[in-house]
Amino acid sequence: MPSSRRHPRYLWAALLILIALLTASCYPDNPQSTFDTSGPVAQSQLVLFYWIFWAAVFVFIVVGTILMYITIKFRRRPGDPDPPQTHGNTPLEIGWTIAPTLILAIVAVPTVITIFDNLNSPDPDALTVDVIGHQWWFEFRYPHPDGKSTIVSANELHIPVGEVVNITLDSKDVLHSFWIPKLAGKVDLVPGNKNRMWIQADEAGEYRGQCAEFCGVAHALMRFRVFAKPRSDFDEWLVAAASQAEDPIEPLAQQGKALFEGNKAQCWSCHTVGGSSKSRGQVGPSLTHVSSRSQLAAGVIENTQQNLRQWIEDPQSIKQGTTMFRDAKIYSDPNRKLSDAELSALVAYIQTLK
Amino acid sequence: MTSISIPVPARPVHPTGLWGWITTIDHKRIGILYGVTAFIFFLSGGLEALYIRAQLARPEQALVSPEVYNQLFTMHATTMIFLAIMPMGAAFFNYLIPLQIGARDVAFPRLNAFSYWTFLSGALVLKLSWFLGGAPNAGWFGYAPITGIQYNPGHGIDFWIMSLQVLGIASLAAAFNFIVTIINLRAPGMSLMRMPLFTWMTLITSFLLVLAFPVITVALIELMFDRFFGMNFFVSAAGANPLLWQHLFWVFGHPEVYILILPAMGIVSEIIPTFSRKPLFGYPVVVLSGVVIGFMGWMVWSHHMFTVGLGPIANSVFAITTMAIAIPTGVKIFNWMGTMWKGSIEFNTPMLFALGFIWTFIIGGLSGVMHSSAASDAQQQDTYFIVAHLHYVLFGGSIMALLAGVYYWFPKVTGKFMNDALGKINFWLVFISMNITFFPMHFTGLEGMPRRIYTYESEMGWDLWNLVSSIGAFALAFSILVFMVNVILSARKGEKAGGDPWDGRTLEWSISSPPPEYNFAQIPTVHGIDTFWIQKHDGVPTVPVAGGSGEEEHSIHLPQPSYWPFLVSLGLFIAAYGLIYFQSVAGLAAASIGTMLTMVSVYAWSFEPVNDPEEEH
Repeated sequence: MPSSRRHPRYLWAALLILIALLTASCYPDNPQSTFDTSGPVAQSQLVLFYWIFWAAVFVFIVVGTILMYITIKFRRRPGDPDPPQTHGNTPLEIGWTIAPTLILAIVAVPTVITIFDNLNSPDPDALTVDVIGHQWWFEFRYPHPDGKSTIVSANELHIPVGEVVNITLDSKDVLHSFWIPKLAGKVDLVPGNKNRMWIQADEAGEYRGQCAEFCGVAHALMRFRVFAKPRSDFDEWLVAAASQAEDPIEPLAQQGKALFEGNKAQCWSCHTVGGSSKSRGQVGPSLTHVSSRSQLAAGVIENTQQNLRQWIEDPQSIKQGTTMFRDAKIYSDPNRKLSDAELSALVAYIQTLK
Repeated sequence: MTSISIPVPARPVHPTGLWGWITTIDHKRIGILYGVTAFIFFLSGGLEALYIRAQLARPEQALVSPEVYNQLFTMHATTMIFLAIMPMGAAFFNYLIPLQIGARDVAFPRLNAFSYWTFLSGALVLKLSWFLGGAPNAGWFGYAPITGIQYNPGHGIDFWIMSLQVLGIASLAAAFNFIVTIINLRAPGMSLMRMPLFTWMTLITSFLLVLAFPVITVALIELMFDRFFGMNFFVSAAGANPLLWQHLFWVFGHPEVYILILPAMGIVSEIIPTFSRKPLFGYPVVVLSGVVIGFMGWMVWSHHMFTVGLGPIANSVFAITTMAIAIPTGVKIFNWMGTMWKGSIEFNTPMLFALGFIWTFIIGGLSGVMHSSAASDAQQQDTYFIVAHLHYVLFGGSIMALLAGVYYWFPKVTGKFMNDALGKINFWLVFISMNITFFPMHFTGLEGMPRRIYTYESEMGWDLWNLVSSIGAFALAFSILVFMVNVILSARKGEKAGGDPWDGRTLEWSISSPPPEYNFAQIPTVHGIDTFWIQKHDGVPTVPVAGGSGEEEHSIHLPQPSYWPFLVSLGLFIAAYGLIYFQSVAGLAAASIGTMLTMVSVYAWSFEPVNDPEEEH
């Protein structure tokens, strides 16, 4: 536009500020940045992204420059005669049909290659974790080292670093989507359809993930974490995860266990505690090792004594819409409302579940 | 048109006042009704968007509850797509198509009125849900199984189903009407390849509507049966595959995207030649690319489903078809640029909006190509990157072009110019605030922010750009306010515009502004593309324009107003409400009464002559 020709310096300054902002915005320090990849799947997706991105930038600059040139050059000046009434130019039109076709071909080939690479696991015999979506938490099931049973956990996925981990995906209720931006693009959890994907973390550490398919009231609070650790640490963790909960020794915790398995609180009807004959509920997350997790309520709050107490006392204040608040009678039936002492006992018991 | 001729003064063509608007079957008045109604819904959808942006302006805010937030984004999208952009397109179809093809009205004027009133019925069914126990809350594409009765026991989804069904009836009736009108009522000499581009895009859009809506109708009926009668089309617990819904929805939903953008492209294809004072460059290619887009729109639906697990082969195929659809789109942009090349470009408000459309549509188109790469899209699907993309094509694309269209045809409709200075301010406000709102969403998306979340933690690093987006959204709302001020001021005190204020090229400019009720005193003869320009500049013998001999005017046959279309639609409105509450006696009664009203009115309508029989001879 004319003003830009008159003030080129301002334009450049604005452009520089814009570029600085754009660069800053892609600073890959954020927990779910797709730029700070740490695994081959996310890496291949990022390479593909850059490939297409620069192709798009190229097209934008070329087309934008021409468009800018046209609008400046051919603007109406007073006294201009009517321009010649040209109706088209066949070679030109064929040319600008072929040009985008070629650019798209450049994009299409790596796209198809990456699609196949990302879906086909390089190591089908590697550790396979079943991921099952629930409103609003993730269930993780690992094969037991003994090859017979399954280890059930929730919301925190532990994997060996530098190894392929195969994932199968299913849902107990509505659609969800399993997404760890730094490790791999998302794949949906569709009830009844066993989807699969594979991930690999190249660096040990904690990765953030989040449900990416709208799944209801608490969709925003359906988060999870992935802990990638050296193989030996992982094996150690697996053994611990496979173990049963021990009976509490402390009297308060023993009271809590009784409460947990009693008819007033009825925690047992939804939650499993390994080793307990009563607590075999399948609706909520397994609590066998809940106190070894870093977070509560599907990655919403840190797992501290105080938070745990608040979560049990008033889950709605932490996670609106949570099914525990909806279904557990202690919240709807005034006669079953837990007293402070009972809450303390329950917290004490749950804190022994490491 | 029959050969019956009736002296006009003997019979008042329009009752006046409110009753006149309710019974009107004049395509121009219906067009205005569509436009004003759609704009009001556009404002309501904008208000919903402002709530969303206010909630997301800072992390962990609790301005609205999560449930209300879910209703807000569902209603925002459903409103903008079905109650704002589509009917705004319909407003332009209605007002312009008969004028552009040299006809006195559409083929079925009463059906046209019926389309409008049915649209209003469907829209009210949807919007009133806010006041009747809660709006739908499952997103505008209502993925099964969360729309099932088990997960969604309230009536919100029922409102959504009924409203979309009623809106579908309105869209189908309108689409058939415009197909028949465009095919049959063209003035002599106007072959298909001489039609104005906007008429062409309307024709393609109408075909897309006719073919796409039955698919969503079927899906909605299945969902309704699931919810009302305990069937299991989408109940995964009973073994259904919820992906069935996604396929049905997107087989409709993707052509729907082109239903939203093709009229916009048509508008831009009218404005750019006028203000470049050159014919559209490569007219046949632009027409053909529109047809190809319409056709290929059916082959890309699964690109909305790249992450649902269709397998690498399906994903590859849909990636490639999606990339391919960028070619005809690119061709259109190049042809608009070819039109301006060596033209004499006048930068008035409609042209600025048209150019703004091209710029934002290039960005939206390119981010669309980025999504087409299925593997890379796995990181972008369901994030704010998608939200950015879709707003670039729907706001930067459709809405900007519709605003361009308003500025362009306002003189035709009212006989007055819109204020150009205020218009330019309006354009720059819209253009800048639109980019401030939607561009940062690319960043938040790539930084891992999923869409449809009502809250986020500060530590995620999304604070800054969400705040910028929110500020942009309020600036955008302000710029729409400027537009409204301009419309009101100009309608009251605007500079007088003659019949041909822009030195136009197509037939609508050959008649007075506002056009007489009968449009053309004598049906024009068409000599080529841009026939009016040819007439003016090439000395082709002119055809008589409006205000010819009084005798001719008096013998013009126009169909008479009717209140049956309104009553048929009213019946549908009552019946739709009744069906939502069909388990109660009152609901069932309302459904019966509504259905009866509709049937009786259809019956009466079919026996009502187009013109009063007593005056036929």
